[in-house]
Amino acid sequence: MSVLEIKNLHVNVETDQGTREILRGVDLVINEGEIHAVMGPNGSGKSTLAYTIAGHPKYQVVQGEILLDGENVLEMSVDARARAGLFLAMQYPVEIPGVTITNFLRTAKTAIDGEAPAIRGWVKDVRESMSALKMDSAFAERNVNEGFSGGEKKRNEILQLELLKPRFAVLDETDSGLDVDALKIVSEGVNRAKANTGLGILLITHYTRILRYITPDFVHVFVAGRIAEQGGPELADRLEDEGYDRYLEPAAK
Amino acid sequence: MPTAEQHGFRPHTDGPVVPVQTRSERFRSVNVDDFAQVTGREHEWKFSPVATFADLIGGELDGSRVEIETTDAAGVEVSWIDRGDARIGRAGIPEERAAANAWSSFDEALLIAVSGEDEKVVAVTRSGLGATPRAAHTIIEAAPNSRGLVVLRGIGDARLSENVEIIVGEGALLTVVALQEWNDDAVHLASHFARLDRDAFLKHIVVSLGGKVVRVNPSTHLAEQGSDIEALGLYFADAGQHLEQQVFVHHDAPHTRSRVTYKGALQGQGARTVWIGDVLIGNAAVGTDSYEQNRNLVLTDGTRADSVPNLEIETGDIAGAGHASATGRFDDEQLFYLMARGIREDEARRLVVRGFLLEIVQKIGSPDLEERLTAAIEAELLGS
Repeated sequence: MSVLEIKNLHVNVETDQGTREILRGVDLVINEGEIHAVMGPNGSGKSTLAYTIAGHPKYQVVQGEILLDGENVLEMSVDARARAGLFLAMQYPVEIPGVTITNFLRTAKTAIDGEAPAIRGWVKDVRESMSALKMDSAFAERNVNEGFSGGEKKRNEILQLELLKPRFAVLDETDSGLDVDALKIVSEGVNRAKANTGLGILLITHYTRILRYITPDFVHVFVAGRIAEQGGPELADRLEDEGYDRYLEPAAK
Repeated sequence: MPTAEQHGFRPHTDGPVVPVQTRSERFRSVNVDDFAQVTGREHEWKFSPVATFADLIGGELDGSRVEIETTDAAGVEVSWIDRGDARIGRAGIPEERAAANAWSSFDEALLIAVSGEDEKVVAVTRSGLGATPRAAHTIIEAAPNSRGLVVLRGIGDARLSENVEIIVGEGALLTVVALQEWNDDAVHLASHFARLDRDAFLKHIVVSLGGKVVRVNPSTHLAEQGSDIEALGLYFADAGQHLEQQVFVHHDAPHTRSRVTYKGALQGQGARTVWIGDVLIGNAAVGTDSYEQNRNLVLTDGTRADSVPNLEIETGDIAGAGHASATGRFDDEQLFYLMARGIREDEARRLVVRGFLLEIVQKIGSPDLEERLTAAIEAELLGS
């Protein structure tokens, strides 16, 4: 069984005002098939955790480890991490002019599998996934994220999640900016991917809303760069009622 | 107190926009001696490494026939005509000294005559021009209502200054592709003059990949009502390469249309590109619809891309006129996005650059040529 372990992770970011310490010792263990929700107020370091796992060069790990089945993820390049089975659904997917979705998906699938997918089965898989995510087939010939609405971009992220079949996926505020219909479609996609592949999920969110559609096994509350509290799904209910104030007050004193 | 600059009131980076003269009123002559010596400070030369081709600007040029290889197509006749032939000089004449030097020096002109309403493709390849400074003159003429695609390709060594006249007859649909795939130390200066008759359409494509200095300056005279130019350009400058294009479109009749789109990539120390796009909408050109743009993708440090769009409008009664220019670095966030999907860095870069440039390739309209150019761009990318 696969496991993603994050041990005592400390991460800094260089800014114009100098070095900022964002993550201050994060410990998290995600087993295959588990859904972990990471919730927290703005600026608590949730997205930093997501991008650090994916290997964005902006984030400097100063201490700690990330291990995928015992392998040191921090020594892998961004692309090697993806090939090892990690996936990041981004909060703000970038536009890639001149590269069609079709071309992009096939290139990524080939890179991850180490060989080109059998053409007939692949075309069918793409079509079915797009249809399930209520994406018009014309999307396939559009350039990646170019001119997409916010909801379309998020669906495109989940399309990749379904087709690339990672072992662990980090969903960085995939719910932000979605209306309820799009939220349901995206959540169904995530649940479908989990049912099909049994992947482990780190679901990062600011709101409890998405947890009505994707049921977490564990909830972690992130405050000021570390986990302040953890528990089961009931913790999310409490956050819904009380918000994050309870965690912030001690810091204000 | 804040300055005007801090409020964002800044002049264009090319200085206050006061044209020395209307673009169509530049001095013109077919005689090299009518032009003053070139210092390199002239507006038409100031971006060019003139010292590297002083021989082409002012020296003696070999005006004998250049070696050509041509494919056959029904409805296309390729022949040499004498320099005194009345068919020479109908599309336009030189505005600068190197072009005039070529005009003063050529012995015979190559005439590529396109007729007939069927689609046809002809490729004329010039090769083995050698290291001697040479002059050439080419006329591409599309008869009224004819259709055709003419590729004028250069390979091998060259030190060439040339003029290319393009005459598009009434209702004709002509595509001209100027394809520069010269050897690394080649120098090529070209002026293209196109004249479009009533309802004629010209798709003009400049593709510059090989050569040390390549300067192709196409100017198009939309001389009659309803004429339409789509001017496309694609260039990829490697280390030490200078690729330049000065594009001029003169709207001189009612309801004329122009679209200018040039895209380039720069990679390696000293890679240099220049694009100047002049559009003049004359007094007679009511109902003009015009748009020009240049985009540059900077792949490495040590490169320089100049991009200067100019628009002159002499009539208020137009349908539209616009210009755009953007030069950007390779976007690291795009790279991260692609790599986060398992794609290796070199392939991710190729994907982005290919996507950027293929927009032009896809508009050529010849599957064979599109495929070959796609492969040529791949080779450029791998050459880094």
